[in-house]
Amino acid sequence: MSTATRKKAPAKAGAAAPAAPAALIKGAELLIRCLERQGVRLVFAYPGGQAIELHQALSKSTIRVVLPRHEQGGAFAADGFARISGQVGVCMATSGPGATNLLTGIADAYMDSIPLVVITGQVPQRLIGKNAFQETDIIGMTRPIIKHSFLVLDAADLPSVVAEAFHLAASGRPGPVMIDIPKDVQQKLVPADLQARISLRAYTVPAAASAAEVETVRAAITASQRPCVLAGGGIISGNATAELRTFAESYNLPVTTTLMGVGAFPDSHPLSLKWLGMHGTYYANFAANECDLLINIGARFDDRVTGNVQNFATTAKIIHIDIDPSEINKNKHADIGIVCDAKDILRKLNHHPVRQEYAAWHRQIAEWKRKFPLTYKKTKLIQPQYVVETIYELTKGQAVIVPGVGQHQMWAAQYYKFERPRQFLTSGGLGSMGFGTPAAMGAKLACPDALVINIDGDGSFQMNIQELGTIHTENIGVKMVILNNQHLGMVAQWEDRFYGSNRGNTVLKTGDRPYPEFVQIAKGYHIPGREVWTRAEVRDAIRDMLETDGPFLLDVHVEYQEHVLPMIPPGGTYKNIIME
Amino acid sequence: MRHTISVLVENKFGVLARVAGLFCGRGYNIESLTVGPTHDRTISKMTIVTTGDDTVLEQIEKQLNKLVDVLKVTDLTGSQFVGRELMLLKVRTTRADRGEIVQLVDVFKANIVNVQEGSLIIEVTGPSEKIDAFIDLMTPFGIIELGRTGKVALARSSQTTEMLEPPAPFPEPSSAAVADVTEP
Repeated sequence: MSTATRKKAPAKAGAAAPAAPAALIKGAELLIRCLERQGVRLVFAYPGGQAIELHQALSKSTIRVVLPRHEQGGAFAADGFARISGQVGVCMATSGPGATNLLTGIADAYMDSIPLVVITGQVPQRLIGKNAFQETDIIGMTRPIIKHSFLVLDAADLPSVVAEAFHLAASGRPGPVMIDIPKDVQQKLVPADLQARISLRAYTVPAAASAAEVETVRAAITASQRPCVLAGGGIISGNATAELRTFAESYNLPVTTTLMGVGAFPDSHPLSLKWLGMHGTYYANFAANECDLLINIGARFDDRVTGNVQNFATTAKIIHIDIDPSEINKNKHADIGIVCDAKDILRKLNHHPVRQEYAAWHRQIAEWKRKFPLTYKKTKLIQPQYVVETIYELTKGQAVIVPGVGQHQMWAAQYYKFERPRQFLTSGGLGSMGFGTPAAMGAKLACPDALVINIDGDGSFQMNIQELGTIHTENIGVKMVILNNQHLGMVAQWEDRFYGSNRGNTVLKTGDRPYPEFVQIAKGYHIPGREVWTRAEVRDAIRDMLETDGPFLLDVHVEYQEHVLPMIPPGGTYKNIIME
Repeated sequence: MRHTISVLVENKFGVLARVAGLFCGRGYNIESLTVGPTHDRTISKMTIVTTGDDTVLEQIEKQLNKLVDVLKVTDLTGSQFVGRELMLLKVRTTRADRGEIVQLVDVFKANIVNVQEGSLIIEVTGPSEKIDAFIDLMTPFGIIELGRTGKVALARSSQTTEMLEPPAPFPEPSSAAVADVTEP
């Protein structure tokens, strides 16, 4: 479309000059222009019968299109893109199976509050409700796992819908937003008018904490002897890590994070307790439970954090700060509940810090840290923890780690030391196996200069193994390390602990040689790789991986030997913590 | 405890499904739910009667508020409000008992809206307890079928029930971008 035919940018709003009418373009083209205007530079999109118009329009756009090999991979890639960059991730699919394949990715983004705009083709309006070929009510199917959704019935609404969708996805508590567009709407010729009329009159974003609220928090801290900060993913999505650090340092407060909050506070910081919960550190769990004031900022008292929530932090006064009003008192009663932006309240608290020594408390924490550090047994085998530690060492702590879901995910979180936000991208709330590879792919595309390492399990990796195709064709330089134990290790661990080691379909191996041969598979996609059989080779192999340009797959045979520890049994309390 | 919640929503398709889905997805009860447009055609009013303890009610209110199309949620319970519902009830009649039924209709200030040989349709409005009582009285005659609307409710005060403030103007994120649009 040439500039001559484009409607000029409105010089004066309201002054409807009798200019030449805007040129007519297809709804699909209008949509893509709206995406361009939102600053979208990359979408993960899979074509199909009801998405063909979208792809035709994309082919004439400046937006880069990455073709995943499965729509779920596309959704996770958009999610990884959003997690590392903080920008809205965009993925697209056709109607029916294309749309349903996105569901896990949407649910994942919803649980972890990740901003996504998901665009799906839909059958033409005249076929909706007729069980047409590849028709699904995707709006209905996604309703419980989405922040908001739009079914577009008029192509002229697209500019408003896109503007609203991006605003909703990114603002307040971020989340996925869906735009479902029937094919006739994509094909309809409409004026190329990008003017958006947004009418989200009921949607407000809480922002500022009041002076009284700030004072309440300060007073509670002043009155406490054993304070503890619990930082969640809200610190990262709220870009409040610097403020959190100042807060902790100036008030002299120990800080633990949730799994989603990993990176919100530097692991190496003397006030850091690392993360808490089912597989969190002994000292984080003890500090959070034995404190007399728990300051939760941007976390939601998930059951994997609290165990039995009634018995969690029973001696503590609870301050809960969250941007989502519905989180206050949802899982855990808050003595002080404040709905606001994390950055705002931390900044205000940092104006006049109240610094106390809490000497006995810090001594107690130091003792827990000394007595019960994260540790594992060294044997002749390759310990998965050792692999993670070696990756940490050889990457000088600079890599972005994107695990799948399972034991390896916990070890990655435990034994890599994270210093900055958006350095550990994980499927926390939904716990979606298969997350790692595509999310790492999306992260690497968003930040090509970052060293992105997908630490995965053999079970998890196989759930989106087809994305090796995307990695090859788009030449995405992600490093993949498979901690291959030939088991669904996390479930096997539960079987060992709670089901007398009776194996219920958790063994993946068959025969003597580990299966499948991941390096052979990678080779099939023209991706180099290497197998590691002995502890002595680990370091060299990782170095090999890091020194190879572009993508690389490392298949490390760790055997099923280890449990993730510590472990608080589900529904238990910190006092039930299992250390060996 | 039983609560009557008034919810103003955008009059858009799909909103009822979002609200109803929220209740079933999170395991909240709905005793009755009515919905219809208000004098402002862009806004619909839902009246939801639900049960739950304080924690559940707090969550219901907050989760409803989280829906993008929900404008205002007001729990009327404990405040002064008028709640009414309407019922159509079809009762079996004989020559012998028709007079007695008509008397009861008068006492309840109900209306007979359809008469057939052997049956009457009666329209009753009022608080839910009155409707319940009328059903009890009709039962011995033989109720053929009935339909109830569920409760609609308004606060007694001279303000609107929701005391809805005019919506704040939306901070258009793209208004600047509109002017800066450049041709790719």
